[in-house]
Amino acid sequence: MENALLLSDEQVALQDTTAAFVAEFANARKPPEEDAGLWRRIAELGWPAVQVPEEFGGLGMGAVELALLMEEMGRRLIRAPFFTSVVLAQTALLQAGDAAARERFLPELASGETAATLILAPGLVWAPGALTVECHRDGAGWVMNGESAQVLDGGDAAMAFVAARTGDGVGLFHVPATAAGVERTPLDVWDLTRPQCHWRFGEVRLPAEARVDASGALDTGLARTVALAALQLAAEQVGGAAACLDMTVAYTKERVQFGRPVAGFQAVKHRCAEMMVRLETARSAVRGVAAAAAGLRDADELACEVAVARVLASEAYRYCAQEAVQLHGGVGFTWEYDPQLHFKRAQWGSQWLGAASRWRERVASQLLDLA
Amino acid sequence: MDVMTETQFRAEVAGWLARELKGEFACLRHRGGPGDEEAFPALRKAWERKLAEGGWVGAAWPQEHGGRGLPLELQLAFHEEYVRAGGPGRMGHIGETLLAPTLIELGTPEQQRRFLPGIREGREFWCQGYSEPGAGSDLAAITTRCWQDGDVWRVQGQKVWTSLAHESDWIFVIARSTPGSVGREGLTFLLMPLDQPGIEIQPIRQMTGEAEFNAVFFDGAATDAGCIVGKPGEGWRVAMALLGFERGASTLGQQMHFVHEMQLVVDVAIATGQAHDPAIRERIADAWIGLRALRHNALRMLVGNSGSVRPESLIYKYAWSNWHRDLGQLAMDVLGAAGDVRSDDDAVRRLQQVFFFSRADTIYAGTNEIQLNIIAERALAMPR
Ligand SMILES: Cc1cc2nc3c(=O)[nH]c(=O)nc-3n(C[C@H](O)[C@H](O)[C@H](O)COP(=O)(O)OP(=O)(O)OC[C@H]3O[C@@H](n4cnc5c(N)ncnc54)[C@H](O)[C@@H]3O)c2cc1C
Repeated sequence: MENALLLSDEQVALQDTTAAFVAEFANARKPPEEDAGLWRRIAELGWPAVQVPEEFGGLGMGAVELALLMEEMGRRLIRAPFFTSVVLAQTALLQAGDAAARERFLPELASGETAATLILAPGLVWAPGALTVECHRDGAGWVMNGESAQVLDGGDAAMAFVAARTGDGVGLFHVPATAAGVERTPLDVWDLTRPQCHWRFGEVRLPAEARVDASGALDTGLARTVALAALQLAAEQVGGAAACLDMTVAYTKERVQFGRPVAGFQAVKHRCAEMMVRLETARSAVRGVAAAAAGLRDADELACEVAVARVLASEAYRYCAQEAVQLHGGVGFTWEYDPQLHFKRAQWGSQWLGAASRWRERVASQLLDLA
Repeated sequence: MDVMTETQFRAEVAGWLARELKGEFACLRHRGGPGDEEAFPALRKAWERKLAEGGWVGAAWPQEHGGRGLPLELQLAFHEEYVRAGGPGRMGHIGETLLAPTLIELGTPEQQRRFLPGIREGREFWCQGYSEPGAGSDLAAITTRCWQDGDVWRVQGQKVWTSLAHESDWIFVIARSTPGSVGREGLTFLLMPLDQPGIEIQPIRQMTGEAEFNAVFFDGAATDAGCIVGKPGEGWRVAMALLGFERGASTLGQQMHFVHEMQLVVDVAIATGQAHDPAIRERIADAWIGLRALRHNALRMLVGNSGSVRPESLIYKYAWSNWHRDLGQLAMDVLGAAGDVRSDDDAVRRLQQVFFFSRADTIYAGTNEIQLNIIAERALAMPR
């Protein structure tokens, strides 16, 4: 029976504690200096360990639990390296890493002691032809060159896992942020809740064991990584869209014009209801796909299913953020009110891990090009 | 329910359908249902009796009411296998999935004994007499009257847009029993035999050219006093309880019809070469994505973690009807100019029906605007 959409008591409890915690401690408007404290508390709660197998010090849960966390974090726009370190870097190690690398890195990533990021082709997609970093052999070790224009990371990732062209194909490499030749430049981004850096690799010397991909697992592994990360991004987007709807309903109930709350006007009600239709459709998709993800072994099949969540959540978030700005009226255009924060995050998310058109095309080719 | 049992059950359903949906019934494959109700009505009634013999009508009902008490997962499996095999649109669905559960919940034991067997055996067909010319979205504005007259109750007035009234034996009606009452008060829910002198049924021709629904006129039409469901004056509650059953497991069957229609669109796109047009590719992908999401949403609705407001239930009707309407437009765009000619090809005809009939999907069972009101008021607690 496909009752996987029914949350267990443990899952509901996880969701509730997460919601309570982020409501209390996460605030995208607090001074950035407090971010380190937030990340420490998140680590204490064990969240970075959620999807890590128990043998590596993790909690051994799956995509459903991770999605519940992401949804709540997306609601509050938390500024912490959770998405980069857990959703991107851990997933890459779990899907494409070799045994030694998992053993070496997963425990520290699970404890939250270290934060990592992931560097793929621009926009965080798996497209070997578009990689901008190369790594060639040098004796027993490697030398890395190239650059990555936009890497998700607030400058506090201790390491990156980098997909790079090698003489005979592509490999995944572990690069400490402090390695000689690595240069990081923070970028002036619109979405201040999700910082980015430019990474440059100039003759970075790496030991033999820096190459971490399991033999033969790279292509499928990174394709799966992108799909699973896109699913989690969709969960985050659902949370963001929910926040937009909630704040808009609350605001319109309070804002009085023409002698009554504007929430009583049908033109406003219908737009809020439309937001809810898109939000809940996306939420059903995320929950359904997350429940099925572990069983979808074939990378193409996984990508098609993830497309459902990804396309709908990305567009629901953009739609809800735009409507939130509009229905807040003049204050919706100000820096002071939160709709702008979500509007920027929604725009950011619509571009990363493959824009909606790219996901649609995967579905289209599956449906239309089989003959 | 372990996996093996569900697999066996599916095999049983599929095997039964493979054996029975052939011969005289072969022409019914993928026919009938909303937008295609005029297809072979007599044969489809015979099919309902065949289904009943197989034990497939009312299978979801509790055993004490003659059902098989199938758990939800097997109901879903049944609907999926049924549509996969091309099982025809059900003539009996109003009786089976709307009236029967209402009688099981709110009817008297006599009413249950009297009416459930006719439904379960595929002998008696039902239609829904709610809407009136002056009471569509505002259902509580009905003016059709009813009153007790000795051993019978009588009804005077008019219903409209009554689907399949011309093929039905019985109608359930809400009518005003308290003279001068307004709104939800003073209404009574009655079960009326259609074949009587006080009732006249007039077909109404629809956009599709066909006449699936009707105007139904009552001129002192009678039914026994035992055919009132709930107490006189409490008809609104019964009427609403009945509507609550619209979101049952059979929605999954409806989605399997959508899967079939979607495949027809894909086939046309490939055949006409439109499969290479980037804009059409996007729309086809979107349609598929939307359909998968409807399924996830329906499963969430059916198994859902409870809570008084279930947003996935409240959005469901609006979501599927708009999806279906978009599919209809996509189908016509893929057909191109050829779509403007009535086709004899079953597959093309089906798509033309989807295009036209789906215009009604966003009207019946609560218009889009009413659905949005409901979402805003119930789920978001916005003022009326
Ligand atoms: C194919 C089909 C089959 C049907 N089958 C049956 C059946 O078997 N039995 C039955 O009883 N009925 C049936 N109906 C009737 C159906 O339930 C009504 O048509 C529906 O409830 C809408 O009512 P109306 O047609 O009176 O439209 P109206 O209520 O007159 O609406 C006209 C327009 O005004 C809008 N509107 C109305 N009220 C509001 C509001 N408060 N806020 C904003 N907009 C509003 C509506 O959305 C619509 O766009 C069927 C209808 C169709 C099309």
